[in-house]
Amino acid sequence: MITIESLTKSYGGFTAVDDITFTARSGRVTGFLGPNGAGKSTTMRVMVGLTSPTSGSITIAGRRFAELPNPGREVGVLLDASAQHAGRTGREILTIAQRTMGIPAERVEQMLHRVSLTDAEADRRVRHYSLGMRQRLGIATALIGDPEVLVLDEPANGLDPAGIRWMRDLLRGFADEGGTVLLSSHLLHEIETVADDIVVIGHGRIVAHGTKTELLAGAGTLARSTDSSTLARAMTAAGLESRVGTDGVLRTDAQPDRVGEIALAAGIALTELRLADGAGLEEIFLELTAESQRDHLSEGEAA
Amino acid sequence: MTTSTLEPAAAPVRRNGERAVPAPIPMSRILRVELRKMFDTRSGLWLMASIGIVAVLATTAVIIFAPDDALDYETFASAIGFPMAVILPLVAILSVTGEWSQRSGLTTFTLVPHRGRVIAAKATCAVGIGVVSMLLAAAVGAVGNIVGTAVTGVDTTWNVGLEEFALIILANVLGLLVGFMLGVLTRSSAAAIVAYFVYSLLLPTASSALASSQQWWRDNGAWLDFNYASSGLFNEHMTSEQWAQLATSGLIWLVIPLAIGLRLVLRSEVK
Repeated sequence: MITIESLTKSYGGFTAVDDITFTARSGRVTGFLGPNGAGKSTTMRVMVGLTSPTSGSITIAGRRFAELPNPGREVGVLLDASAQHAGRTGREILTIAQRTMGIPAERVEQMLHRVSLTDAEADRRVRHYSLGMRQRLGIATALIGDPEVLVLDEPANGLDPAGIRWMRDLLRGFADEGGTVLLSSHLLHEIETVADDIVVIGHGRIVAHGTKTELLAGAGTLARSTDSSTLARAMTAAGLESRVGTDGVLRTDAQPDRVGEIALAAGIALTELRLADGAGLEEIFLELTAESQRDHLSEGEAA
Repeated sequence: MTTSTLEPAAAPVRRNGERAVPAPIPMSRILRVELRKMFDTRSGLWLMASIGIVAVLATTAVIIFAPDDALDYETFASAIGFPMAVILPLVAILSVTGEWSQRSGLTTFTLVPHRGRVIAAKATCAVGIGVVSMLLAAAVGAVGNIVGTAVTGVDTTWNVGLEEFALIILANVLGLLVGFMLGVLTRSSAAAIVAYFVYSLLLPTASSALASSQQWWRDNGAWLDFNYASSGLFNEHMTSEQWAQLATSGLIWLVIPLAIGLRLVLRSEVK
Protein backbone atom coordinates (compact mmCIF):
# COMPACT_ATOMS: atom_id res chain seq x y z
CA MET A 1 0.00 0.00 0.00
CA ILE A 2 1.22 3.47 -0.89
CA THR A 3 -0.09 6.41 1.10
CA ILE A 4 0.39 9.92 -0.21
CA GLU A 5 -0.53 12.59 2.31
CA SER A 6 -0.81 16.30 1.58
CA LEU A 7 2.16 16.16 -0.76
CA THR A 8 3.39 19.45 -2.13
CA LYS A 9 6.47 20.12 -4.22
CA SER A 10 7.34 23.61 -5.35
CA TYR A 11 10.24 24.87 -7.38
CA GLY A 12 10.68 28.52 -6.53
CA GLY A 13 7.33 30.05 -7.42
CA PHE A 14 6.11 27.07 -9.43
CA THR A 15 4.07 24.41 -7.66
CA ALA A 16 4.52 21.12 -9.51
CA VAL A 17 2.50 19.09 -7.02
CA ASP A 18 -0.11 20.90 -4.98
CA ASP A 19 -1.38 19.23 -1.80
CA ILE A 20 -2.31 15.82 -3.16
CA THR A 21 -3.60 12.98 -1.01
CA PHE A 22 -4.49 9.49 -2.16
CA THR A 23 -3.84 5.84 -1.44
CA ALA A 24 -2.81 3.06 -3.79
CA ARG A 25 -4.25 -0.07 -2.19
CA SER A 26 -2.84 -3.57 -2.27
CA GLY A 27 -4.53 -6.05 -4.57
CA ARG A 28 -5.44 -3.23 -6.94
CA VAL A 29 -4.01 -1.42 -9.90
CA THR A 30 -4.11 2.32 -9.33
CA GLY A 31 -3.90 4.42 -12.46
CA PHE A 32 -2.30 7.83 -12.13
CA LEU A 33 -3.68 9.77 -15.04
CA GLY A 34 -2.89 13.25 -16.21
CA PRO A 35 -1.58 15.27 -19.12
CA ASN A 36 2.18 15.75 -19.53
CA GLY A 37 3.58 18.07 -16.91
CA ALA A 38 0.69 17.50 -14.51
CA GLY A 39 2.99 16.37 -11.69
CA LYS A 40 2.85 12.58 -12.04
CA SER A 41 6.58 12.01 -12.43
CA THR A 42 7.44 14.47 -9.68
CA THR A 43 5.10 12.62 -7.32
CA MET A 44 6.72 9.31 -8.23
CA ARG A 45 10.23 10.67 -7.77
CA VAL A 46 9.28 11.91 -4.31
CA MET A 47 7.81 8.47 -3.62
CA VAL A 48 11.19 6.76 -4.11
CA GLY A 49 13.32 9.43 -2.48
CA LEU A 50 14.90 10.93 -5.61
CA THR A 51 13.24 14.29 -4.94
CA SER A 52 12.52 15.73 -1.53
CA PRO A 53 9.01 17.05 -0.95
CA THR A 54 8.35 20.65 0.05
CA SER A 55 5.76 19.36 2.50
CA GLY A 56 3.66 16.27 3.10
CA SER A 57 4.78 12.67 3.03
CA ILE A 58 4.62 9.40 1.16
CA THR A 59 4.82 6.05 2.93
CA ILE A 60 4.96 2.55 1.50
CA ALA A 61 3.45 -0.03 3.84
CA GLY A 62 3.81 2.56 6.60
CA ARG A 63 7.46 3.43 6.03
CA ARG A 64 9.22 6.12 4.10
CA PHE A 65 11.12 4.76 1.11
CA ALA A 66 14.53 5.66 2.59
CA GLU A 67 13.67 3.58 5.68
CA LEU A 68 13.29 0.40 3.65
CA PRO A 69 16.32 -1.80 4.42
CA ASN A 70 16.54 -3.21 0.89
CA PRO A 71 14.08 -1.21 -1.24
CA GLY A 72 14.40 -3.33 -4.37
CA ARG A 73 13.00 -6.33 -2.47
CA GLU A 74 9.88 -4.43 -1.50
CA VAL A 75 9.24 -1.86 -4.21
CA GLY A 76 9.83 -2.36 -7.92
CA VAL A 77 10.48 0.99 -9.59
CA LEU A 78 10.55 2.02 -13.23
CA LEU A 79 10.69 5.77 -13.67
CA ASP A 80 12.46 6.15 -16.99
CA ALA A 81 13.46 3.20 -19.12
CA SER A 82 16.05 5.30 -20.96
CA ALA A 83 17.89 6.24 -17.77
CA GLN A 84 20.52 3.50 -17.98
CA HIS A 85 24.20 3.54 -18.81
CA ALA A 86 24.12 3.12 -22.60
CA GLY A 87 27.36 1.13 -22.55
CA ARG A 88 26.07 -1.68 -20.34
CA THR A 89 24.38 -4.77 -21.68
CA GLY A 90 20.84 -5.54 -20.61
CA ARG A 91 22.05 -8.60 -18.70
CA GLU A 92 24.67 -6.51 -16.89
CA ILE A 93 22.06 -3.97 -15.78
CA LEU A 94 19.95 -6.77 -14.33
CA THR A 95 23.03 -8.30 -12.71
CA ILE A 96 23.87 -5.02 -10.98
CA ALA A 97 20.33 -4.89 -9.57
CA GLN A 98 20.50 -8.56 -8.56
CA ARG A 99 23.85 -8.07 -6.79
CA THR A 100 22.73 -4.90 -5.05
CA MET A 101 19.65 -6.66 -3.69
CA GLY A 102 21.66 -9.74 -2.77
CA ILE A 103 19.34 -12.23 -4.45
CA PRO A 104 20.24 -15.45 -6.32
CA ALA A 105 21.98 -14.96 -9.67
CA GLU A 106 19.46 -17.11 -11.53
CA ARG A 107 16.86 -14.37 -11.03
CA VAL A 108 18.60 -12.55 -13.90
CA GLU A 109 17.85 -15.35 -16.38
CA GLN A 110 14.33 -15.77 -14.98
CA MET A 111 13.57 -12.09 -15.46
CA LEU A 112 15.03 -11.98 -18.99
CA HIS A 113 12.72 -14.86 -19.80
CA ARG A 114 9.79 -13.23 -18.05
CA VAL A 115 10.04 -10.07 -20.14
CA SER A 116 10.87 -12.01 -23.33
CA LEU A 117 14.33 -10.63 -23.96
CA THR A 118 16.37 -13.23 -25.84
CA ASP A 119 19.94 -14.15 -24.91
CA ALA A 120 21.26 -12.27 -27.92
CA GLU A 121 19.27 -9.16 -26.96
CA ALA A 122 20.38 -9.42 -23.34
CA ASP A 123 24.03 -9.35 -24.41
CA ARG A 124 23.53 -6.27 -26.56
CA ARG A 125 24.42 -2.88 -25.15
CA VAL A 126 21.46 -0.76 -24.10
CA ARG A 127 22.38 2.01 -26.55
CA HIS A 128 21.22 -0.36 -29.30
CA TYR A 129 17.89 -1.10 -27.61
CA SER A 130 14.56 0.15 -28.91
CA LEU A 131 12.37 2.00 -26.42
CA GLY A 132 10.17 -1.08 -26.19
CA MET A 133 13.17 -3.26 -25.26
CA ARG A 134 14.25 -0.70 -22.68
CA GLN A 135 10.78 -0.79 -21.15
CA ARG A 136 10.96 -4.58 -20.94
CA LEU A 137 14.38 -4.36 -19.31
CA GLY A 138 13.05 -1.72 -16.92
CA ILE A 139 10.13 -3.98 -15.99
CA ALA A 140 12.59 -6.83 -15.43
CA THR A 141 14.66 -4.60 -13.13
CA ALA A 142 11.51 -3.64 -11.23
CA LEU A 143 10.39 -7.25 -10.83
CA ILE A 144 13.73 -8.91 -10.09
CA GLY A 145 13.53 -8.38 -6.34
CA ASP A 146 10.04 -9.91 -6.27
CA PRO A 147 8.54 -6.79 -4.65
CA GLU A 148 5.08 -6.29 -3.21
CA VAL A 149 4.68 -2.85 -4.70
CA LEU A 150 5.25 -1.62 -8.25
CA VAL A 151 5.73 2.03 -9.15
CA LEU A 152 5.82 2.50 -12.90
CA ASP A 153 5.99 5.81 -14.77
CA GLU A 154 4.54 5.53 -18.27
CA PRO A 155 5.55 1.87 -18.65
CA ALA A 156 3.64 1.36 -21.89
CA ASN A 157 5.60 4.02 -23.79
CA GLY A 158 7.29 2.50 -26.79
CA LEU A 159 5.64 -0.88 -26.47
CA ASP A 160 3.86 -2.33 -29.49
CA PRO A 161 0.19 -3.40 -29.13
CA ALA A 162 1.19 -6.95 -28.17
CA GLY A 163 3.62 -5.53 -25.63
CA ILE A 164 0.94 -3.29 -24.15
CA ARG A 165 -1.35 -6.29 -23.82
CA TRP A 166 1.45 -8.24 -22.16
CA MET A 167 2.11 -5.40 -19.73
CA ARG A 168 -1.58 -5.15 -18.88
CA ASP A 169 -1.80 -8.89 -18.12
CA LEU A 170 1.37 -8.74 -16.06
CA LEU A 171 0.12 -5.86 -13.92
CA ARG A 172 -3.31 -7.49 -13.55
CA GLY A 173 -1.68 -10.73 -12.39
CA PHE A 174 0.59 -8.85 -9.99
CA ALA A 175 -2.35 -7.09 -8.34
CA ASP A 176 -4.45 -10.27 -8.28
CA GLU A 177 -1.70 -11.91 -6.23
CA GLY A 178 -2.11 -9.16 -3.67
CA GLY A 179 0.50 -6.70 -4.91
CA THR A 180 0.09 -2.94 -5.15
CA VAL A 181 0.50 -1.35 -8.56
CA LEU A 182 0.73 2.37 -9.20
CA LEU A 183 1.17 3.22 -12.84
CA SER A 184 1.05 6.58 -14.52
CA SER A 185 0.02 7.48 -18.01
CA HIS A 186 -1.04 10.47 -19.99
CA LEU A 187 -3.15 8.17 -22.15
CA LEU A 188 -6.60 7.49 -20.82
CA HIS A 189 -7.06 4.24 -22.70
CA GLU A 190 -4.04 2.61 -21.04
CA ILE A 191 -5.33 3.45 -17.59
CA GLU A 192 -8.93 2.58 -18.37
CA THR A 193 -8.12 -0.94 -19.54
CA VAL A 194 -6.08 -2.00 -16.53
CA ALA A 195 -6.76 0.20 -13.50
CA ASP A 196 -9.18 -0.56 -10.68
CA ASP A 197 -8.76 2.84 -9.10
CA ILE A 198 -8.07 6.03 -10.94
CA VAL A 199 -6.48 9.24 -9.74
CA VAL A 200 -6.69 12.07 -12.24
CA ILE A 201 -4.18 14.87 -11.78
CA GLY A 202 -4.00 18.17 -13.58
CA HIS A 203 -1.80 21.17 -12.84
CA GLY A 204 -0.43 19.44 -9.74
CA ARG A 205 -3.86 18.94 -8.19
CA ILE A 206 -6.06 15.89 -7.99
CA VAL A 207 -9.13 16.64 -10.07
CA ALA A 208 -10.87 13.25 -9.77
CA HIS A 209 -10.28 10.23 -7.65
CA GLY A 210 -12.21 7.00 -7.22
CA THR A 211 -12.76 3.49 -8.44
CA LYS A 212 -13.15 3.11 -12.15
CA THR A 213 -16.79 2.09 -11.60
CA GLU A 214 -17.48 5.23 -9.59
CA LEU A 215 -15.89 7.47 -12.16
CA LEU A 216 -17.85 5.78 -14.94
CA ALA A 217 -21.10 6.14 -13.01
CA GLY A 218 -20.39 9.83 -12.70
CA ALA A 219 -20.38 10.11 -16.47
CA GLY A 220 -24.20 10.40 -16.64
CA THR A 221 -26.25 10.07 -19.78
CA LEU A 222 -25.52 10.77 -23.39
CA ALA A 223 -28.40 11.61 -25.74
CA ARG A 224 -28.27 12.18 -29.48
CA SER A 225 -31.34 13.67 -31.09
CA THR A 226 -32.58 15.53 -34.12
CA ASP A 227 -32.84 18.73 -32.08
CA SER A 228 -30.44 18.89 -29.17
CA SER A 229 -30.99 22.54 -28.27
CA THR A 230 -34.78 22.06 -27.91
CA LEU A 231 -34.10 18.97 -25.80
CA ALA A 232 -31.74 20.99 -23.63
CA ARG A 233 -34.47 23.61 -23.08
CA ALA A 234 -36.94 20.87 -22.19
CA MET A 235 -34.42 19.45 -19.71
CA THR A 236 -33.99 22.88 -18.12
CA ALA A 237 -37.78 23.28 -17.89
CA ALA A 238 -37.85 19.93 -16.07
CA GLY A 239 -35.25 21.27 -13.63
CA LEU A 240 -32.37 19.16 -14.95
CA GLU A 241 -28.98 20.43 -15.95
CA SER A 242 -27.56 19.45 -19.31
CA ARG A 243 -25.11 20.69 -21.87
CA VAL A 244 -24.77 20.27 -25.60
CA GLY A 245 -21.29 19.58 -26.88
CA THR A 246 -19.82 20.85 -30.12
CA ASP A 247 -20.62 17.43 -31.57
CA GLY A 248 -24.35 18.17 -31.04
CA VAL A 249 -24.61 15.50 -28.36
CA LEU A 250 -26.42 16.33 -25.12
CA ARG A 251 -24.89 15.20 -21.84
CA THR A 252 -26.54 15.25 -18.45
CA ASP A 253 -26.20 13.73 -15.01
CA ALA A 254 -29.84 12.57 -15.15
CA GLN A 255 -30.68 8.91 -15.73
CA PRO A 256 -31.45 7.76 -19.30
CA ASP A 257 -35.12 6.88 -18.55
CA ARG A 258 -35.74 10.45 -17.32
CA VAL A 259 -34.15 11.91 -20.46
CA GLY A 260 -36.29 9.57 -22.57
CA GLU A 261 -39.49 10.76 -20.86
CA ILE A 262 -38.61 14.41 -21.35
CA ALA A 263 -37.76 13.86 -25.01
CA LEU A 264 -41.05 12.01 -25.54
CA ALA A 265 -43.01 14.79 -23.82
CA ALA A 266 -41.22 17.40 -25.93
CA GLY A 267 -41.83 15.40 -29.09
CA ILE A 268 -38.16 15.07 -29.96
CA ALA A 269 -36.94 11.92 -31.70
CA LEU A 270 -33.92 10.43 -29.96
CA THR A 271 -31.41 8.69 -32.21
CA GLU A 272 -29.21 7.48 -29.37
CA LEU A 273 -29.71 7.27 -25.62
CA ARG A 274 -27.30 5.55 -23.29
CA LEU A 275 -25.13 5.77 -20.17
CA ALA A 276 -22.05 7.74 -21.09
CA ASP A 277 -19.63 4.99 -20.16
CA GLY A 278 -16.48 3.93 -21.98
CA ALA A 279 -15.82 6.95 -24.10
CA GLY A 280 -17.45 8.86 -21.25
CA LEU A 281 -14.34 8.58 -19.13
CA GLU A 282 -12.51 10.36 -21.89
CA GLU A 283 -15.02 13.17 -21.60
CA ILE A 284 -14.31 13.35 -17.90
CA PHE A 285 -10.60 13.28 -18.48
CA LEU A 286 -10.69 16.04 -21.07
CA GLU A 287 -13.15 18.07 -19.07
CA LEU A 288 -11.35 17.64 -15.77
CA THR A 289 -7.99 18.45 -17.21
CA ALA A 290 -9.15 21.10 -19.67
CA GLU A 291 -7.85 23.90 -17.47
CA SER A 292 -4.44 22.38 -17.28
CA GLN A 293 -4.20 21.03 -20.82
CA ARG A 294 -1.60 22.99 -22.70
CA ASP A 295 -3.60 22.62 -25.90
CA HIS A 296 -6.53 24.47 -24.39
CA LEU A 297 -4.60 26.93 -22.36
CA SER A 298 -4.12 30.53 -23.35
CA GLU A 299 -2.09 32.97 -21.31
CA GLY A 300 -5.16 34.81 -20.09
CA GLU A 301 -6.73 31.70 -18.66
CA ALA A 302 -3.55 30.65 -16.92
CA ALA A 303 -4.05 33.21 -14.20
CA MET B 1 19.36 -27.63 -10.88
CA THR B 2 17.48 -25.86 -8.14
CA THR B 3 15.98 -23.10 -10.12
CA SER B 4 13.83 -21.40 -7.54
CA THR B 5 14.36 -23.12 -4.21
CA LEU B 6 16.71 -20.37 -3.14
CA GLU B 7 14.01 -17.83 -3.72
CA PRO B 8 11.66 -17.83 -0.74
CA ALA B 9 9.45 -15.14 -2.25
CA ALA B 10 8.49 -17.45 -5.13
CA ALA B 11 6.01 -19.20 -2.87
CA PRO B 12 2.37 -18.80 -3.92
CA VAL B 13 1.42 -16.91 -0.74
CA ARG B 14 3.87 -14.22 -1.65
CA ARG B 15 1.95 -11.03 -1.10
CA ASN B 16 -0.13 -11.76 1.96
CA GLY B 17 1.57 -8.92 3.85
CA GLU B 18 3.47 -11.25 6.18
CA ARG B 19 6.76 -11.43 4.38
CA ALA B 20 9.92 -11.21 6.39
CA VAL B 21 11.56 -7.81 6.26
CA PRO B 22 14.69 -8.19 4.11
CA ALA B 23 18.08 -7.63 5.71
CA PRO B 24 19.67 -4.23 5.14
CA ILE B 25 22.15 -3.89 2.29
CA PRO B 26 25.67 -4.24 3.73
CA MET B 27 28.37 -1.75 2.72
CA SER B 28 30.54 -4.59 1.39
CA ARG B 29 27.90 -5.36 -1.21
CA ILE B 30 27.65 -1.73 -2.34
CA LEU B 31 31.44 -1.66 -2.64
CA ARG B 32 31.47 -4.77 -4.82
CA VAL B 33 28.71 -3.45 -7.06
CA GLU B 34 30.37 -0.06 -7.47
CA LEU B 35 33.68 -1.71 -8.28
CA ARG B 36 31.95 -3.87 -10.88
CA LYS B 37 30.36 -0.79 -12.42
CA MET B 38 33.80 0.70 -13.05
CA PHE B 39 34.67 -2.20 -15.33
CA ASP B 40 31.43 -3.30 -16.95
CA THR B 41 31.20 -0.84 -19.83
CA ARG B 42 33.46 -0.79 -22.85
CA SER B 43 34.70 2.70 -22.00
CA GLY B 44 35.25 1.79 -18.36
CA LEU B 45 37.13 -1.37 -19.27
CA TRP B 46 39.38 0.46 -21.73
CA LEU B 47 40.05 3.20 -19.21
CA MET B 48 41.20 0.54 -16.73
CA ALA B 49 43.14 -1.32 -19.38
CA SER B 50 44.80 1.94 -20.42
CA ILE B 51 46.47 2.08 -16.99
CA GLY B 52 48.37 -1.11 -17.79
CA ILE B 53 48.86 -0.26 -21.45
CA VAL B 54 50.25 3.20 -20.70
CA ALA B 55 52.61 1.77 -18.07
CA VAL B 56 54.02 -0.69 -20.61
CA LEU B 57 54.24 1.95 -23.36
CA ALA B 58 56.01 4.44 -21.09
CA THR B 59 58.46 1.78 -19.94
CA THR B 60 59.22 0.74 -23.52
CA ALA B 61 59.72 4.37 -24.50
CA VAL B 62 62.22 4.86 -21.70
CA ILE B 63 64.22 1.78 -22.78
CA ILE B 64 64.29 2.98 -26.38
CA PHE B 65 64.81 6.73 -25.96
CA ALA B 66 66.45 7.38 -22.59
CA PRO B 67 70.24 7.85 -22.60
CA ASP B 68 72.05 4.93 -20.93
CA ASP B 69 73.30 6.98 -17.98
CA ALA B 70 69.71 7.99 -17.12
CA LEU B 71 68.49 4.42 -17.17
CA ASP B 72 67.54 3.97 -13.50
CA TYR B 73 64.38 3.16 -11.62
CA GLU B 74 63.50 6.80 -10.99
CA THR B 75 63.39 7.49 -14.73
CA PHE B 76 61.01 4.62 -15.23
CA ALA B 77 58.89 5.68 -12.29
CA SER B 78 58.46 9.25 -13.47
CA ALA B 79 57.81 8.19 -17.08
CA ILE B 80 54.94 5.97 -15.91
CA GLY B 81 53.81 8.39 -13.21
CA PHE B 82 52.97 11.25 -15.55
CA PRO B 83 50.23 9.50 -17.59
CA MET B 84 48.90 7.92 -14.35
CA ALA B 85 48.32 11.41 -13.00
CA VAL B 86 45.98 11.98 -15.95
CA ILE B 87 44.19 8.62 -16.07
CA LEU B 88 43.48 8.06 -12.37
CA PRO B 89 41.51 11.30 -11.89
CA LEU B 90 39.48 10.36 -14.97
CA VAL B 91 38.60 7.03 -13.35
CA ALA B 92 37.40 8.86 -10.25
CA ILE B 93 35.49 11.51 -12.22
CA LEU B 94 33.63 9.05 -14.44
CA SER B 95 32.67 6.74 -11.58
CA VAL B 96 30.68 9.62 -10.08
CA THR B 97 29.46 11.60 -13.05
CA GLY B 98 28.22 8.55 -14.97
CA GLU B 99 25.29 8.30 -12.58
CA TRP B 100 24.15 11.74 -13.77
CA SER B 101 25.49 11.95 -17.33
CA GLN B 102 24.13 8.49 -18.14
CA ARG B 103 21.22 8.94 -15.72
CA SER B 104 21.80 5.50 -14.21
CA GLY B 105 21.58 7.24 -10.82
CA LEU B 106 17.82 6.94 -11.16
CA THR B 107 18.21 3.20 -10.54
CA THR B 108 21.29 3.32 -8.33
CA PHE B 109 19.84 5.78 -5.83
CA THR B 110 16.49 4.00 -5.84
CA LEU B 111 18.03 0.62 -5.02
CA VAL B 112 20.21 2.28 -2.36
CA PRO B 113 18.29 5.35 -1.17
CA HIS B 114 21.26 6.61 0.87
CA ARG B 115 23.38 8.52 -1.58
CA GLY B 116 26.16 9.01 0.95
CA ARG B 117 26.78 5.26 1.06
CA VAL B 118 26.98 5.01 -2.73
CA ILE B 119 29.35 7.99 -2.97
CA ALA B 120 31.51 6.60 -0.14
CA ALA B 121 31.69 3.26 -1.95
CA LYS B 122 32.70 5.01 -5.17
CA ALA B 123 35.41 6.98 -3.35
CA THR B 124 36.75 3.82 -1.72
CA CYS B 125 36.82 1.95 -5.04
CA ALA B 126 38.50 4.87 -6.83
CA VAL B 127 41.22 5.18 -4.16
CA GLY B 128 41.67 1.40 -4.18
CA ILE B 129 42.08 1.38 -7.93
CA GLY B 130 44.51 4.29 -7.64
CA VAL B 131 46.73 2.47 -5.15
CA VAL B 132 46.60 -0.84 -7.05
CA SER B 133 47.41 0.98 -10.31
CA MET B 134 50.43 2.62 -8.74
CA LEU B 135 51.66 -0.74 -7.44
CA LEU B 136 51.12 -2.20 -10.89
CA ALA B 137 52.98 0.74 -12.42
CA ALA B 138 55.83 0.20 -9.98
CA ALA B 139 56.00 -3.47 -10.96
CA VAL B 140 56.00 -2.67 -14.69
CA GLY B 141 58.67 -0.04 -14.10
CA ALA B 142 60.76 -2.56 -12.16
CA VAL B 143 60.56 -5.07 -15.00
CA GLY B 144 61.50 -2.26 -17.39
CA ASN B 145 64.44 -1.31 -15.21
CA ILE B 146 65.75 -4.90 -15.15
CA VAL B 147 65.16 -5.52 -18.86
CA GLY B 148 66.33 -2.08 -19.94
CA THR B 149 69.60 -2.17 -18.03
CA ALA B 150 70.22 -5.77 -19.13
CA VAL B 151 69.71 -4.82 -22.78
CA THR B 152 71.97 -1.76 -22.59
CA GLY B 153 74.48 -3.41 -20.27
CA VAL B 154 74.47 -0.70 -17.59
CA ASP B 155 74.16 -1.42 -13.86
CA THR B 156 70.65 -1.77 -12.52
CA THR B 157 69.98 1.12 -10.15
CA TRP B 158 67.13 1.05 -7.59
CA ASN B 159 67.03 4.66 -6.55
CA VAL B 160 63.44 4.99 -5.36
CA GLY B 161 63.06 4.25 -1.65
CA LEU B 162 59.97 2.89 0.05
CA GLU B 163 59.14 6.22 1.67
CA GLU B 164 59.59 8.03 -1.61
CA PHE B 165 57.31 5.55 -3.34
CA ALA B 166 54.66 5.93 -0.61
CA LEU B 167 54.75 9.70 -1.12
CA ILE B 168 54.32 9.27 -4.87
CA ILE B 169 51.28 7.05 -4.26
CA LEU B 170 49.87 9.67 -1.92
CA ALA B 171 50.41 12.39 -4.52
CA ASN B 172 48.54 10.37 -7.11
CA VAL B 173 45.72 9.54 -4.71
CA LEU B 174 45.37 13.25 -3.92
CA GLY B 175 45.16 14.02 -7.64
CA LEU B 176 42.56 11.29 -7.98
CA LEU B 177 40.59 12.78 -5.11
CA VAL B 178 40.66 16.19 -6.77
CA GLY B 179 39.07 14.47 -9.78
CA PHE B 180 36.54 12.80 -7.50
CA MET B 181 35.75 16.13 -5.86
CA LEU B 182 35.20 17.79 -9.25
CA GLY B 183 32.94 14.90 -10.26
CA VAL B 184 30.86 15.26 -7.11
CA LEU B 185 30.78 19.04 -7.43
CA THR B 186 29.80 19.25 -11.10
CA ARG B 187 27.95 15.95 -11.60
CA SER B 188 28.82 16.23 -15.28
CA SER B 189 31.55 14.24 -17.05
CA ALA B 190 32.49 16.98 -19.50
CA ALA B 191 32.51 19.78 -16.94
CA ALA B 192 34.52 17.76 -14.42
CA ILE B 193 37.15 16.71 -16.98
CA VAL B 194 37.57 20.26 -18.26
CA ALA B 195 37.75 21.52 -14.69
CA TYR B 196 40.40 18.94 -13.86
CA PHE B 197 42.62 20.02 -16.73
CA VAL B 198 42.17 23.66 -15.83
CA TYR B 199 43.15 22.76 -12.28
CA SER B 200 46.14 20.59 -13.13
CA LEU B 201 47.52 22.36 -16.24
CA LEU B 202 46.34 25.97 -16.23
CA LEU B 203 46.43 26.84 -12.53
CA PRO B 204 50.11 25.94 -11.96
CA THR B 205 51.08 28.21 -14.86
CA ALA B 206 48.94 31.01 -13.47
CA SER B 207 50.41 30.47 -10.04
CA SER B 208 54.00 30.64 -11.20
CA ALA B 209 53.21 33.72 -13.30
CA LEU B 210 51.77 35.31 -10.19
CA ALA B 211 54.79 34.28 -8.15
CA SER B 212 57.17 35.91 -10.61
CA SER B 213 55.43 39.26 -10.29
CA GLN B 214 54.14 39.16 -6.70
CA GLN B 215 56.57 38.94 -3.83
CA TRP B 216 53.83 37.92 -1.35
CA TRP B 217 52.66 35.01 -3.47
CA ARG B 218 56.25 33.92 -4.06
CA ASP B 219 56.73 33.68 -0.28
CA ASN B 220 53.36 32.37 0.80
CA GLY B 221 51.75 30.80 -2.29
CA ALA B 222 52.67 27.27 -1.20
CA TRP B 223 50.18 27.54 1.67
CA LEU B 224 47.36 28.15 -0.79
CA ASP B 225 48.47 26.37 -3.98
CA PHE B 226 47.55 22.68 -3.68
CA ASN B 227 49.26 21.75 -6.95
CA TYR B 228 52.50 23.25 -5.75
CA ALA B 229 52.17 21.80 -2.24
CA SER B 230 51.52 18.28 -3.60
CA SER B 231 54.43 18.50 -6.03
CA GLY B 232 56.65 18.32 -2.95
CA LEU B 233 55.54 14.72 -2.55
CA PHE B 234 57.52 13.80 -5.64
CA ASN B 235 60.75 14.84 -3.93
CA GLU B 236 62.33 12.33 -1.66
CA HIS B 237 61.47 14.05 1.57
CA MET B 238 58.76 16.34 2.95
CA THR B 239 59.55 18.88 5.66
CA SER B 240 56.97 19.50 8.37
CA GLU B 241 56.36 22.92 6.86
CA GLN B 242 55.59 21.24 3.53
CA TRP B 243 53.14 18.89 5.25
CA ALA B 244 51.43 21.89 6.84
CA GLN B 245 51.26 23.62 3.44
CA LEU B 246 49.77 20.46 1.94
CA ALA B 247 47.13 20.45 4.68
CA THR B 248 46.09 24.10 4.35
CA SER B 249 46.02 24.15 0.56
CA GLY B 250 44.27 20.76 0.59
CA LEU B 251 41.60 22.14 2.87
CA ILE B 252 40.92 24.93 0.37
CA TRP B 253 41.18 22.96 -2.87
CA LEU B 254 39.94 19.54 -1.81
CA VAL B 255 38.15 19.28 1.53
CA ILE B 256 35.88 22.33 1.36
CA PRO B 257 34.74 21.91 -2.26
CA LEU B 258 34.23 18.18 -1.60
CA ALA B 259 32.03 18.99 1.38
CA ILE B 260 29.99 21.44 -0.72
CA GLY B 261 29.74 18.87 -3.52
CA LEU B 262 28.59 16.12 -1.15
CA ARG B 263 25.95 18.41 0.27
CA LEU B 264 24.69 19.12 -3.25
CA VAL B 265 24.70 15.43 -4.16
CA LEU B 266 22.74 14.47 -1.07
CA ARG B 267 20.12 17.16 -1.53
CA SER B 268 19.80 17.57 -5.26
CA GLU B 269 17.02 16.04 -7.26
CA VAL B 270 17.93 12.99 -9.35
CA LYS B 271 16.12 13.25 -12.68
